[in-house]
Amino acid sequence: MDWINALIQGILLGGLYALFAAGLSLIFGVMRLVNIAHGDLIVLAAYLGLSVTIMLGIHPLLAMFAVVPMMAAIGYVLQRGILNKTLGDDLLPPLLVTFGLSVIIQNVLLEVYSADPQKLDAGTLEIASISVGDLSIGVLPLLTFGIAVAIIASLHWMFYHTSLGRSFRAVSDNQDIAQLMGLNRRHIFGLAMALALAVTAVAGVMLGVRTNFDPSIGGARLIFGFEAVIIGGLGNLWGTLVGGIILGVAQTLGAQINPGWQLLAGHITFLCIIAFKPRGFFPRVSG
Amino acid sequence: MADQVLKTHNLCAHYGDFQALFDLDLSIAEGEVIAIIGANGAGKTTLMRSIAGLNSNNAEQIVYRDEPIGALRADQVATKGIALVPEGRQLFPSLSVEENLIIGGRVGRKGPWNLKALYQLFPILEERRNQPSTSLSGGQQQMVAIGRALMANPDLILFDEISLGLAPVIIKTIYDALPNIIDDGMSAVIVEQDISKALAVSARFYCLQEGRVALEGDSQTVEREAISRAYFGVH
Repeated sequence: MDWINALIQGILLGGLYALFAAGLSLIFGVMRLVNIAHGDLIVLAAYLGLSVTIMLGIHPLLAMFAVVPMMAAIGYVLQRGILNKTLGDDLLPPLLVTFGLSVIIQNVLLEVYSADPQKLDAGTLEIASISVGDLSIGVLPLLTFGIAVAIIASLHWMFYHTSLGRSFRAVSDNQDIAQLMGLNRRHIFGLAMALALAVTAVAGVMLGVRTNFDPSIGGARLIFGFEAVIIGGLGNLWGTLVGGIILGVAQTLGAQINPGWQLLAGHITFLCIIAFKPRGFFPRVSG
Repeated sequence: MADQVLKTHNLCAHYGDFQALFDLDLSIAEGEVIAIIGANGAGKTTLMRSIAGLNSNNAEQIVYRDEPIGALRADQVATKGIALVPEGRQLFPSLSVEENLIIGGRVGRKGPWNLKALYQLFPILEERRNQPSTSLSGGQQQMVAIGRALMANPDLILFDEISLGLAPVIIKTIYDALPNIIDDGMSAVIVEQDISKALAVSARFYCLQEGRVALEGDSQTVEREAISRAYFGVH
């Protein structure tokens, strides 16, 4: 029974990792940008959630309605103001700039919020659970998983059934020719980053409700996000969800064997998968 | 001569240290079809890219309806009413046939071209509308590329090497369709390696050689001898 419990907890944890990864997957898919600051942006969203809950005295899940547009605005400005200038044939400039951004975000958070661990207080939601037979499933992890599935389904729908999604795919295919269609790629990239950070905002708030956070934890979230994206296959959003689940399950099963093995089990599973499936499980078929 | 749709003044283009176009002056009148001919590397595609805004120039070097557009970005040029059918078709592989056409129409200009009109012109595209654009044959892809440009309802359409790599029978189909396309007052620039095809559909021509205009004139009366000399640069 313990193992089944660990398996279910792992699947639900995978929802959170998929939320970490969805934004990464989106911006890599649209503009081939590897965002090293992604983990720190998740933590930034958690802190924005903290400020909003304290200032307005509202529940963290309600605070999301403020944090999401804030992060989206930050995303658009960041892309138009800085990141667009780094994009080109060379992959190195965006890596260096987002690495610098990561350092800056961490230090600003340290300056403003100090290094003390913080937590978003979700009240009774944090301990609520549903009993299924002998198993007890937390409402919060279940909710996180549900949100992750809903977000990935909507992103997928947006990508394949809306005008904006069509523009994203066109710009991703061929930037020059997309410009000929009257698409301003700088604006489209701005929108993609805004959307990615809106998802990141949800990830950050769910992270903050689930666990303690401080300005230094972004790096590990970035790694989890990367691992989920790569296990699932680059450019495939549903693959990203599966990647998150595989990573989550590996971690909880590892912890079931020995509590010290949680993170190691996740990383080893990731390494084994890329050793045998270097392109992940569901790589997007390229034209 | 009727009003000029497009004029270039001393148009130059560079790729790094390499200069591809030298002081090019050409003009296209309202409703006129001109041909640009020349050997590989003469600068034909560079000229198309410059007009479409994919290469940036000084504003005054390209004037469209009395408005300097040389410095505009490609997306801004597109909304002014200039569309390019790029060399090698360059469809969006992630988009279906119909999506490729729809995205061509997103500049939202009014005019005769829409999905229905295109499917009448190229019925095969309606049959294949939901297929990935890359699953089509070369000729069908070229129809999509032409359709994608037409969907913008441009006033000036640029065709870059539309017969390149296609079977003769397909080339004939496409050239047979051209008069219908250009009929309603649209101006067109046709870049073509096949000189007789290019001269047959155009009123005037420019022959480029190493980035300069080597010869220009009336497509119907020009002597082949003169073109050969300009084309290969023999004197």
